[in-house]
Amino acid sequence: MRDTRRTRLLLALLLTVSVTLITLDSRGGGGPVAAVRGAATALFGPAERLAAVIVHPVADAVQNARHLGDYRQRISALERENAALQVQLRTSEAARRRAAELDRLLRVTALGQYHLVPARVVAVGRALGFEWTATIDAGSRDGVRPEMTLLNGDGLVGRIKTVGPTSATVLLLPDRIAAVAARLEGSGELGVVSGRGRDALEFTLLDPQAAVRVSERLVTAGSPNNVPFVPGVPIGTVTSVEPTRSGLTRVAQLRPFVRFTALDLVGVVVAAPRTGPRQALLPPASARG
Amino acid sequence: MPTPRALLAFVVVVPALLVQVTVLNRLPLPGAPPDLVLVVVVALALVTDRSFALLTAFWAGLAADLVPPATHTVGRLALVLALVGWLAAHWGEQVAEDSDRSAVGPVLVVALVAVVAGLLDAAVGALLGDPRITWSALASSVPTAVLYDVVLAPFVLPGVCALARRVDREGVFR
Repeated sequence: MRDTRRTRLLLALLLTVSVTLITLDSRGGGGPVAAVRGAATALFGPAERLAAVIVHPVADAVQNARHLGDYRQRISALERENAALQVQLRTSEAARRRAAELDRLLRVTALGQYHLVPARVVAVGRALGFEWTATIDAGSRDGVRPEMTLLNGDGLVGRIKTVGPTSATVLLLPDRIAAVAARLEGSGELGVVSGRGRDALEFTLLDPQAAVRVSERLVTAGSPNNVPFVPGVPIGTVTSVEPTRSGLTRVAQLRPFVRFTALDLVGVVVAAPRTGPRQALLPPASARG
Repeated sequence: MPTPRALLAFVVVVPALLVQVTVLNRLPLPGAPPDLVLVVVVALALVTDRSFALLTAFWAGLAADLVPPATHTVGRLALVLALVGWLAAHWGEQVAEDSDRSAVGPVLVVALVAVVAGLLDAAVGALLGDPRITWSALASSVPTAVLYDVVLAPFVLPGVCALARRVDREGVFR
């Protein structure tokens, strides 16, 4: 308790170590810190998978909490029912939801002729650092490599950032450092969709004169050699267009097709189609939302 | 460092990290999620001495830097948590002197530490040029994080503190 001098020395030492680590890691490009991070991914990946299996009933209950909210009145009448029965109901509801997600993923695979590796989101990182990242339970042993496209039945989810043997870290689209080249559904105008750190995305048109209307939809334009993004993956719907600010660019707000706060089943595109599917993957215009 | 205590810190912090990324970060809450690791570090700091609190906080932060979905610069949370662990131990001693066995003091320490941690992490991030740190992100994340951490504290603090005291009593050190 009274060893203040020693603790101050220890504090100074640990802060120096931290700053050294930060300096080493900010320089980027491999190095010892990258090796340690790789080892941590290999170690914590399986641990997270295990933890996800254990806590899954809890996570499912949380995911279903929204659906349950709609039926609150009915549920209050049923509350006296057996608690075990309720748990059973929730898990079967979760299973049905997952089957529906798988169905939609299969539809995307068939329409887009992508080769997908299916995976589940086991962990999400969004703590102090304002990050939009996630861990999936597929890794290099499943054929997943860095800079691959990640999608689900609704649309574009993000890209693979780092890969461990049995798990991979994903950079999700709403992250502020995420950006993807996109194309407007109708006119084919090009632009960049970037994350804003929240659920809404932002679309910056390359041509400030180009027309963009509310409720127009966007797909990925595709990257050279399909790295990191394959073409034709649905991204979202334009919700508002801001008037030209500087005259150099036009910005539109997007509502993404994917619900990033409720991610579960996803697919990693391990092989892209030979020709882009253009807008074939967008849902029919009538069934929007 | 006494080994039973170090073992206790390991047994408490590592599951806390896993619960953080697999459950708490997925909760559909507005703002930043509750920070279980931070609350656990504060709990350990309240019942142990400063140098132990400092070391535990440092390696807990380092682990949080490395645990998979994290993509920020390694060392950032280690720096933030080391300082915060030291502060928590410091404030914890004052709280213990002011009022014995009151529940308000420790929760107040959690709230203060959550504010400091949020601002400090944002400051380090801004210094490193992280584009994720914006005023609007800060304005939504810090108040919510403080709120959630304070809500989490009464569930976490008593358990961890009791466990640590028990290990201290039955251990071979001191």
